[in-house]
Amino acid sequence: MLSRIAESLFWIGRYVERADNTARLLDVHLNVLLEDPWVDEPSANASILTVMSAEADGPVSRTDVLHRLAFDREATSSIAGSLMAARENARRAREVISTEVWESLNTTRMELSRWSQAARPHEYFVWVRERTAVVRGLASATTSRDDAWHFLELGRSLERADMIARLLMTRSLDGTAGPDWTTLLRTCSAHEAYLRTVRALVTEERAAEFLLVDRLFPRSIAYNLDMAESILADIEGSSRSRTLAGRAQLALGRARTNLEYSAVREILDDLPFQMQAVQKACATASDIIRDRYFLPDATVVWNQEAL
Amino acid sequence: MSEAATPWSGYTPAAAWDEAMDLHGTVREHYRHVYAEIDRMSGDDLYSRAEALASTYLAQGVTFDHAGEERPFPLDIVPRVVGSDEWDIISPGVAQRVRTLEAFLADVYGSQRCVTDGLVPRRLIASSQYYYRQVAGVEPANGVRVHVGGIDLVRDQHGIWRVLEDNVRVPSGVSYVLSNRRAMSQMFPEMFGAMGIRPVLEYSRRLRSALAKSAPEGVDDPTIVVLTPGVYNSAYYEHSLLARTMGVELVEGRDLETVNGRVYMRTTAGRRRVDVIYRRVDDDYLDPVQFRPDSALGAPGLVNAARQGNVTIANAIGNGVADDKLIYTYMPELTRYYLEEEPILPNVDTWRLEEPAAREEVLDRLHELVVKPVDGAGGKGVLIGPKASAAELAAAKDQISADPRGWIAQPVVQLSTVPTLTEDGLEPRHVDLRPFAINDGDDVWVLPGGLTRVALERGQLIVNSSQGGGSKDTWVLGGVRDRTPRQAPEAKVEFGGMHAVPQTAHPEDVVAGQQQQQQQQQQQREDGGASC
Repeated sequence: MLSRIAESLFWIGRYVERADNTARLLDVHLNVLLEDPWVDEPSANASILTVMSAEADGPVSRTDVLHRLAFDREATSSIAGSLMAARENARRAREVISTEVWESLNTTRMELSRWSQAARPHEYFVWVRERTAVVRGLASATTSRDDAWHFLELGRSLERADMIARLLMTRSLDGTAGPDWTTLLRTCSAHEAYLRTVRALVTEERAAEFLLVDRLFPRSIAYNLDMAESILADIEGSSRSRTLAGRAQLALGRARTNLEYSAVREILDDLPFQMQAVQKACATASDIIRDRYFLPDATVVWNQEAL
Repeated sequence: MSEAATPWSGYTPAAAWDEAMDLHGTVREHYRHVYAEIDRMSGDDLYSRAEALASTYLAQGVTFDHAGEERPFPLDIVPRVVGSDEWDIISPGVAQRVRTLEAFLADVYGSQRCVTDGLVPRRLIASSQYYYRQVAGVEPANGVRVHVGGIDLVRDQHGIWRVLEDNVRVPSGVSYVLSNRRAMSQMFPEMFGAMGIRPVLEYSRRLRSALAKSAPEGVDDPTIVVLTPGVYNSAYYEHSLLARTMGVELVEGRDLETVNGRVYMRTTAGRRRVDVIYRRVDDDYLDPVQFRPDSALGAPGLVNAARQGNVTIANAIGNGVADDKLIYTYMPELTRYYLEEEPILPNVDTWRLEEPAAREEVLDRLHELVVKPVDGAGGKGVLIGPKASAAELAAAKDQISADPRGWIAQPVVQLSTVPTLTEDGLEPRHVDLRPFAINDGDDVWVLPGGLTRVALERGQLIVNSSQGGGSKDTWVLGGVRDRTPRQAPEAKVEFGGMHAVPQTAHPEDVVAGQQQQQQQQQQQREDGGASC
């Protein structure tokens, strides 16, 4: 697989997942703003922007948050921006991805213009979740399980781990009590699975444990870190070098085991910091993957030419 | 014509040759089916189908870049029909033309027999902007330089097909032929069944096998790539479609590197050797070592690798010398010279402005002629005398006098017209045709049909898409359809003695479901059907 194409696929995976999770996260946030009577809206808004690593200056209104994280087409941290970027990457990798996946991304981008600030945001979020599910489903049904699939999935699982970590950070937003654990479970579509697995009412420890380290649920952080690690092993295959890719696995594995082998209480007491550590691990792994597989531009060496 | 208004009401061909109707309004033979089909539709139906066509193109991303913006490629709803008798002239004519161009190129970059025999003046070749000494003496692996050729044809007032232009550098547009056909067959399934239209789908397979045959010697299973300038190129859609349908990698210049005269692409698993490059990058940008040093689109060292015979570049570098519009004027003679055949398709009459007598005549009659730059493509720089202002004519005169080698003049060819859906209903619009030919070294194959470009504005004679032209699906009739069943009917049921494997389902759905239904129905009967 061409390095340039692999990079595009990796980012398609990330952007689609990012759009989906940002929609989930914003949906919760708007709900919290509505339901929490003692909410200090500007500071809650400012801190959600911080969680999503978006810049904020001055008091932040609800419209600002929506613009910045949902409708801004220029920023890749907003839903619209990630969907646009996913489509642009798909155009670059057009001959590798299937026609169905391409068309679903392309029509998604075209329909984006239908959604404006004015529309009810909840419906927009539902639409985004649906469209991203269509893209993922088609990709899964039409992609050979070769490197194309590996890089798509690698991007997707890294992004999912990262985004769930960000979502859990909203537990400790400034200016509000934040969403309760039932809401967080629902946001991750995990409530029913939780009830079936844990067979108990939602308690803080149990719910956190489920979203952090459950081995079987596909939206727990550890599940996705583990997934990324094993995909990296698949990509390396038999010719595995123990250097760079190994370091990406190392970063992910360390973050995962930290979650798995710590007492839940300890993590909960230090949730923002712990979640930031997960995000950092994902970013480090992403950098190492880039260096290892997506060679940087302009490595043309003229003096190698035998004239 | 019928009394009620149909989409055809008011369709009147103008002076040019109309391919659907003669001047008396009689529908020509091979258009009869299309005419009747559209006649049955209401105008609204036609427009709604046209709209559906445009929206599928947007969804599929069949677009071209116009002034930095992605636009759907305009596809007209009315197909252009070419009868099989006409195709029997075009197809061998195009193949002959490609063979001539091939022979000419081999000669020009070899012994230059045509110069020593006095057919083509030496200075004409030496002064051509696209004659590259860098590739003189390079013999391509299977002798092919024109792997893909696009020969632009027009039909004049008398219905005679003529060659307007040869394109043997990087002829583009074939992707629109393929996607137009896919879209139109979805839009008019009923016509496709009935008319016996020759298929175009095998193009990619043919191209791939021609490219594979051109691989350097000793390579059994060549790695083929398509080289594109990148996503912002106006033909990017085409590049990716060709790569996809051939099942090969689409690379950009930065994906390639040359080491010791061999070309490699950078992959996630390290370098991989490349054997054949179907390049869609112009000669000038292909190799910064040999050509433009500022080019970032190519890969340094490509030409050297090709010269060493380690990689095949298709189409070959330096082909531009053959589609120079002045060489064009020599093509009929060259056909007789190299192939000892009479040219099947005539040229459009052309004045060579280098010859003083011709130049004088042309400068006198400039207001009634078309003047073109010899190295232009895409309709750039073309001056149509009858439509030009006095100032434009004066400017053109100066240009010609200053650089006679740079220009040719032709009479205004009234391109044939085909019914086209406009805002005012169906109207005749001028068209040309670009058939595509693939040369695999043994044989020249011509894709049945080709790209029909249509000028969407009334009276407009320039059809290039960069000048606001659209396209039409081109249907070549005479595809043989085998309607008789291949096997006796009973053999089909039995599958040669095999039994069908039953499709299984959830057992409860089948057995218990039926039982329950029966029991419930039974109970109902016993209740005397009270619930009904």
